[in-house]
Parts: sequence; C-alpha cells; structure tokens
Amino acid sequence: MGAVELKQRKPPQERQQRVASRPFVASCILIGGLVALVLGIGASISLGAADIDLKTVWAAVFQYDPEQTSHQIIHELRMPRALAAALVGAFLAVSGAIMQGMTRNPLASPSIMGVTAGSTFMIAIAFAFFPGTSYIGLMLWSFAGAGMGAALVFAIGSLSRGGVTPVKLALAGTAVGSLLSALSSAIAIHYRVAQDISFWYAGGVAGVQWVSIKLIVPVAIIGLCLALMLARSITILSLGEEVAKGLGQHTALVKGLGTIAVLLLTGAAVSVAGNIGFIGLVIPHITRFLVGVDYRWIMPCAAVLGGLLLVLADIGARLINAPHETPVGAITAMIGVPFFLYLARREGRGW
Amino acid sequence: MEQVRRANKKPLLVIGILSGLIFLSFFISLNTGVSRIAPLDVIKTLAGFGTEKEQLVLFEFRLPRVVIALLIGAGLAVSGAILQGVSQNGLADPGILGINAGAGCAVVLFIFFFQGSAASLSQFSIFVIPFFALLGAFLAALLIYVLAWKKGVAPVRLILVGIGINAAFSAALIIFQLKMTPHDFMQAAIWLAGSIWGTSWSYVWAVLPWIVLLIPFAVYKARYLNVLNLGDQVATGLGVTVEKERGILLFLAVALAGACVAFGGGIAFLGLVAPHLARRLVGPKHEVLIPASALMGALLLLTADTIGRHLLAPSEIPVGLVVSILGAPYFIYLLMKTN
Repeated sequence: MGAVELKQRKPPQERQQRVASRPFVASCILIGGLVALVLGIGASISLGAADIDLKTVWAAVFQYDPEQTSHQIIHELRMPRALAAALVGAFLAVSGAIMQGMTRNPLASPSIMGVTAGSTFMIAIAFAFFPGTSYIGLMLWSFAGAGMGAALVFAIGSLSRGGVTPVKLALAGTAVGSLLSALSSAIAIHYRVAQDISFWYAGGVAGVQWVSIKLIVPVAIIGLCLALMLARSITILSLGEEVAKGLGQHTALVKGLGTIAVLLLTGAAVSVAGNIGFIGLVIPHITRFLVGVDYRWIMPCAAVLGGLLLVLADIGARLINAPHETPVGAITAMIGVPFFLYLARREGRGW
Repeated sequence: MEQVRRANKKPLLVIGILSGLIFLSFFISLNTGVSRIAPLDVIKTLAGFGTEKEQLVLFEFRLPRVVIALLIGAGLAVSGAILQGVSQNGLADPGILGINAGAGCAVVLFIFFFQGSAASLSQFSIFVIPFFALLGAFLAALLIYVLAWKKGVAPVRLILVGIGINAAFSAALIIFQLKMTPHDFMQAAIWLAGSIWGTSWSYVWAVLPWIVLLIPFAVYKARYLNVLNLGDQVATGLGVTVEKERGILLFLAVALAGACVAFGGGIAFLGLVAPHLARRLVGPKHEVLIPASALMGALLLLTADTIGRHLLAPSEIPVGLVVSILGAPYFIYLLMKTN
C-alpha cells in the first residue's frame, strides 16, 4: 500500500517542479557560483588581444597606475566589459525568472517577449529623429521600448481567444519581434543610421564604458531588490493565481511590481548590451531544476549563474575566432536553442 | 460556412479580378521609378516604339525585376498554402518555420566560400545558388521534422521547433556574416532582409523553371491536400498512402521556398498571409486555393516591392521589410482569433 502511494505521489519528472526547495544545494551554488564568477571576471580581464597575467590584473585593480599601458587597458577596456557581462547576465536571468514565475509560462523570457526588439526599435527612432541624444537619453528610450514590446506581446496574448498558452506567447513574440525589427530596419535604412544601431542588433559588451555601468547599477539595484522582496510572493504566485488569491495575496499588486522589476532589469540590460537572447530563458529553468521552487533561492542563484554564463560566453566570443570578435548574442543563441528545442519537445506533456 | 460556400461558386471571378489587379500593379510598377515613364509611353515602349533610353530602363531593369517579384510571390504563397494544408495549422509559414533561414544560411555560406565578392556573381553561380538554397531549405525542414517527431508530428510542436531552428540558423548566419568583407556583409544583410536583387533576365531564367514546374505539380497534387485535411485515418481509408503523399507535398513546399529565397532573400509572412486571403475568397478546396494563392502572392509581393522602392524614396526599403510590416499585424490578428 505504502509503495503504491509513493508511486502515485511521485509521477516521474512531472512533479519535479513541485519538489520542495533545496537550501543546501542553493547555498553551494551561491558560494561556488560567486567564486567562479570572480575567477571568470579575472580571466575575462586577463584574456584578450593583449594577454595580461593575473598579477598585473590584481595590481591594476588594487594599485592602479595610470602610467602603465596594461593598467590602462585593464581599467578602461577590460574591467567595464567583464563587469557589464556579469551584470547583464544577472539582470536577464532574474528578469526571466520573474516572468516565468509570474506567468507560469515556461517560455516567458525577455527576448521571446519582444522586449529587446522594442528597445531596439525605440533606439532606432532616437537615432533617426533625435540625433545627439545623450547616453542617458538613449537608456530612457531603451526602457520605453522594452515596456512597449512587453505590453504589445502581453496585450496580444491576453486579448486572444483561449488565453496565453506557451505557443501563443512564442508566436506573438516572434511576430512582434519581426514587426518591430522590420520597422527599425526600415527607419535605419531611410535615415542612414544603420551603422549606429547595428551594435544594438548584434548585442555585446565589447565597447562598454564606465559611464554606462554607473548608469545601470542604481536602476538595476532597485530592480534586484524589488525582485528579492517579491520572491516569496512569486513563489506563491507560481502555484497558480487561484491558490495565491486563496492565500490572501494581492496578485495584482505583486504582478504590477514584478512587471516593474522586469522592465527595470531588462531595460538596463538591453541599453548596455543590446540584443542578447536566451539567457533569460535558460538560466531560470536550470536554476529551478537545481534548487527547487522557492524563488527566494532561485532569484540570487539565477543572478549568479546568469552572470557567470554571460562572462564565459563573452570570453568565448573573443577566443573562438581570435582576433575577430564573435557576437556574444550568437553564442548565447547556440547554447540556448538546443534548450529551447528540448522545452518545445516537452510541449503537450502537461504545460 | 455559408459565406465560404457562396464564395466557392465564383473562383473564376476571383481569379479574374486578381489577374486584373496584377496587370494594374504591373503597369504602375513599370511607370514609376527614379525616371518616370508615362503610362502611354510604357505601352508604346512595350510595343517597340519607345526611345532608346526608355527601352533600356524598361526592358533591362524594370521588367525583369517585376517578373521576378511575380514569380517569387507566387512561389512563396504556394509553399505556404501547402505547408498550412499538410500541417493542418493556419499559422505555418516557411519564414516562421525556419526554412527560409536554412536556405539563407546555405546561400551566405556559398557566397562566403566560393564567391569572394557577392557583387561579381558569375552567370554560372546564378544557376548554382538555387541548388544551395534548396540544400539549406531541405536541411532545415529535415531538422524540424526529426526534432518535432515524437510518435507523430503535433502541429504545436512543429511550430515551436521551427521557431527554435529559425533562431539557430539566424545565429549561425550572424557569425558567418561578420567574417565577410564589409562589402559582402552589406550585400548579405540587404539580401537577408528580403530584397529582389537580381534585375537581369538571367535571374528570371534561373528562377522560372522552378516556379513553372512546381506550381502546376502542386495543383495536380491538390486533391491529396484535401484528403489529408480529413485526417490521416480517413485518408488511409480512402486509399491514400498518407506518408508518401505528405512527403511529396512537403518536398514541393520546401523546394518552392528554397528557390524563392535564393532570389528574394528572407521574405517572411507572405507564405502565411497570401493563402489566408485566398482562402477567404475562394474557400478551402486546394485545386482552386493553390492557383488563387499564387496570384495573391504575386500581387502582394509586386505591390510591396513597388511600395518599398517608392514610398520612402530615394532610399530603397527591401521588399521583405515591407511584407513584414504589412504581414505581421495580420498574423497577430489571426493569432488572436485562433484558439
């Protein structure tokens, strides 16, 4: 009798997401991941066209000497690049985790939801009609675009018959994405700003300067804090909207705040690094698989893993075809597509 | 349903009207351009009485481009109609499924490895490129089919896998594009955005055989599409070898898409929109639907190309972008309506 009950309680894999959280694994990931992240950033700083040994890296960071060329390279080029990769990866991963938790939709993620395409579109408009927009201005345009893209996809999903299924979301995201990027291409060709916005298309952290990091950090810290504060509510929400309401949760408030966090994080990420896909899709799934369902653990672990992945992908982007750079967005796509296909094959088995 | 049945009685009228509209946009497209030629002069020139300059512009530049637009539009539309019929999914389209991206990838690889400079395409390679595009299209289709296969191919899985394959090929494309010389890069970028880049008669001769052979064959096979739509069991009961016919039809759709992508670049949404509009006009019977889709596709692409060339002149917007800007909203509308 007992054995039968056990079997019934645990159908294979289906229930995996319902398994309680694993704080021990999560702590290991947090600590190990942070160590790996620091090492990764170190490696990212030392590897490149001019190889610089770790001792010099250490010296450049802690005893900066503006007279030395290698210190300058590290300080002005490599450090902002490595930090930006870590930050952008973390933002996208947390943003994807919030989306997937709130909507219970396994395909929800920044790039699929048309958020990045919206950003690119607004940046194209800014370049075409308001030349000479300041860097902060561009970031604001990017935020606005992220909001617009997400709003469009959400509206299409919720206005359509039968609600927001994963397939509908993917199709709506694809359609909004192609529409917005076709519009931005047309604008870019007509107003001859293709060169300026091509950077946002390909995506990458190669040219990041300190000023952009200074700009995104405060915005993103608000977003991350919001995400951590909401973590408990999102865990409850991920059980289903009815359950959450039954437990007395203000689901509308949580969703509203969650959306703000998503927009802050994605907007910040896209305004620095452009179009980098799939991190926000893949990392939350992997994190959930490793640490269980408690978003209080998922959020920080996803942040660390996302940062680590993008730092490594960025190192790969430099090394695969040196001395040329491969766009890091193409590398994350190569990692993400097999994962997406795996999720697609699961379609029809309960989500 | 009532509407469909009533519409069903007048497919000839619809085909007549579509042909008339194509004829009209054909003339509009011929007389507009950087140097305008008055409609009367167009007719005069076509009849052989134009000035030398008019003859040159018309016969060497505009006419081949218009003919290619018509051929590609028809080909993509028929490809979409077949895909929608075979997958029994109204949202299927060679662009969304990644078949276009596969063909595009193969063509970019060809330019990258064998051509050196895309500008100096030899006569020989014009005829070789469609085969490469076909290879890429078939590779993509095969990948989608194999990866979506799990005791049969569920339409939903097919589309999701297609979106994934599309992303993979697009990423591969970016990597190879960036290894090109700046000039080749621009060529490839414009081509991938979907622009009719061949404006000489040799391109027409290269794409023509594919269209005039494959579309009639598709019409001939149309009855199997009707039967397949009744479901596999009924179809088998009616004596149709389901897998074989499905295979042939898919082959047709992929071959048409591949050949069209070779000369029109990545034009998405046309294969989706044209069959839908045609179905509203002539109903679901594929014997009529396929020719009607072909005409609708030809009309739409020629119109889009004319718009792209003139709306924001002097900059020429690739026709694929125009099609996306017009087609994506329609796709979204369809998406919202379907369950």
